Amino acid sequence: MQHIITALVENKPGMLARIVGLVSGRGYNIETLNVGPTQDPTLSKMTLVVPGDAHVLRQVTLQVSKLVDVLRVTDVTGKRHIDRELILVEIATESVAQRTEILDLATLFDAEIAGVSQCSITLQLAADSNVISDFMLLLKPYHILDLSRSGRIAVAHTNNGDSPA
Amino acid sequence: MSDKKENDQIERTGAQCVVEELERNGCDVIFGYPGGAVLDIFDSIYSSPMHLVLPRHEQGAVHMADGYARATGRPGVCLVTSGPGATNTITGLATAYIDGTPMVCITGQVPLPAIGNDAFQEADTIGISRPCTKHNRLIRSVDEIPEAIAEAFYIASTGKPGPVLIDIPKDVQKQFTTMQTPEKVQIRSYTPHFEINNKEVAALAKAINKAKRPLLYVGGGAITAKACKALSELAHKAQIPVTTTLMGLGAFPETDPLSLNMLGMHGHATANIAVSYCDLLISVGARFSDRVTGKASEFAQKAQIAHIDIDPSSIGKSVRVDYPILGDAREALEHLLPLVSENKHEKWLEQLSELKAKYPLKYTVADGDIATQYVLEEVDRICQGNAIVVTDVGQHQMWAAQYITLKEPRTFITSGGLGTMGFGLPAAIGAQLGQPDRLVVAICGDGGIQMNAQELVVAVEHKLPVKTIILNNTYLGMVRQWQEMFYERRYSGVVLSQADRPKNERIEESKPVFLPDFVKLADAHGMNAIRITKPEDVRPTLERVFADRKPWLIEVMVETETNVFPMVPPGMSVAEMIID
Repeated sequence: MQHIITALVENKPGMLARIVGLVSGRGYNIETLNVGPTQDPTLSKMTLVVPGDAHVLRQVTLQVSKLVDVLRVTDVTGKRHIDRELILVEIATESVAQRTEILDLATLFDAEIAGVSQCSITLQLAADSNVISDFMLLLKPYHILDLSRSGRIAVAHTNNGDSPA
Repeated sequence: MSDKKENDQIERTGAQCVVEELERNGCDVIFGYPGGAVLDIFDSIYSSPMHLVLPRHEQGAVHMADGYARATGRPGVCLVTSGPGATNTITGLATAYIDGTPMVCITGQVPLPAIGNDAFQEADTIGISRPCTKHNRLIRSVDEIPEAIAEAFYIASTGKPGPVLIDIPKDVQKQFTTMQTPEKVQIRSYTPHFEINNKEVAALAKAINKAKRPLLYVGGGAITAKACKALSELAHKAQIPVTTTLMGLGAFPETDPLSLNMLGMHGHATANIAVSYCDLLISVGARFSDRVTGKASEFAQKAQIAHIDIDPSSIGKSVRVDYPILGDAREALEHLLPLVSENKHEKWLEQLSELKAKYPLKYTVADGDIATQYVLEEVDRICQGNAIVVTDVGQHQMWAAQYITLKEPRTFITSGGLGTMGFGLPAAIGAQLGQPDRLVVAICGDGGIQMNAQELVVAVEHKLPVKTIILNNTYLGMVRQWQEMFYERRYSGVVLSQADRPKNERIEESKPVFLPDFVKLADAHGMNAIRITKPEDVRPTLERVFADRKPWLIEVMVETETNVFPMVPPGMSVAEMIID
């Protein structure tokens, strides 16, 4: 099962290498990883998607927590949370009909048109992982020229009294 | 020199900061090897009251700092240059990290503008040392130094201790700062202390009071946490037998009737059987390593398991845990003590003492040969538990663990987790520097001693009366034992003498007789040395040499193909232990 782990870390050089090195050094895979600044400039937030069973994920969480520059690690998978992934996908449009089909698809998924050229169209979609995978499935028949995925980012949903992670 | 402007505005160079902050943090001995990128720091050490010890290899420096720390409980400090100086520390850092030794390692680095340019003696020390340090840090501004060093000592010696590395570029060492020592170290992202959860303690106390066959399983964490007194009180109050890990040796006196000695792969049979039959296993500062558990899924199957540990990631890592207690071992035991009722466990203790009588350690030896075990029995008899015994890694290490009677913490120093050959001699030197008045005995094999034999000269020049015993069986004995037992006696790469080598390892079968001649080696370093070849010479020679306040190398030509027993074959359950 995939788990989403968020880590609040000191915004210091080398933090990314520290976390990636620890997780990979202990033999665990990272499916996606996202890092960015937070509202506090001294802190960064990382979101890792790690496949594995509960035992593996408990170890990953505890090992990462042990790092001196890590403030808090939360496995948000089982908790109320909101997660999103952004994808940018460039699709070849060999005919006007094909372009219309793809635009229909974009409308269905609320994807934005990020760019258009004579023979391609670039769509942008921010959604949760289920929607993204449905979208990718429906794009399968078309010729995808380029694809970038941000990896998932997540925030805990604070309404239920959990502290934010 | 420092330029005094005002009292609170003293300017110091980065190098002066390093040395003064080390002194301020209690460093009295520094193990340092110089080089281009640390010249400024060595220049500041020149007029420092710290005792500078020059090892002959950077690995020696780290093991010495490690031995110093294990013998005293205070962080060991080492200082090396950039590039090869730093990379040579890696084995020593990994050794200290896995065994939880407090250590501060300062490395020089090429100047900031040169970093990343493949400069002379440049290595990515932070990247290379990251997985084998508790924490590391590259200094980018001279103003960071006082705080960085204070934090390094704090991180190294709190929580589960470990090595902390500080990488300081050469240009930063030369810069001036007015930054003073921080008054208090506080790191918002670092939590070394956990409040003991009273509910968890109460639940464990209840389980202890109910248990019919409880067993305490004690690791090095109990020594680190100074939990030995509380441990002894708990064991005696409820009459709970105690077994220790290799790292836990000395945490509980082996002369106590409740002691079952060491458990694990080469542990005492009684200890391993006790683990298999106990109904409550109380782990104190131990981490259920594979060398203790054997096949983890079959470890202590009849027991509920309690795990007291300061490291949250250690609890539940290898085995299921019924009573987790996160926190300092001493605090946890002190919370536990008043809740535990007095008990006798007569039947359980009687069963165990029958087992002890049934499975004593034993060995046989041909007439005229010297058994390693006999040499260690003699060492034990002479030392009476009053020496600090430091070992290298291999068969002799396991026999030392079995045959030396440990009575107090910090008297058995060994590379348990990483199993680093070459650790023994430099660690003994560090231990002797930390405990100048104690008898320090280094027990080494003929293989491991050669990995850091260059450090013999350090014992000589600092007049350290370390007694280095080389138990020479002319093999890499532990590997040979595995080849004998699991690889049909195909002795590949383990024969250190001329005789009986495989064809592709053939050497001239003429002289020299000793490969190498350790007595001559000691002689070349200016150390007294003697070779023992007859069993009747063991006792008088050891007695004479141990009474001398000089460094000695004692080579004992022991029986060559003896195996260490008992043994739990790798990956098997402790119940499948081979007794002899």
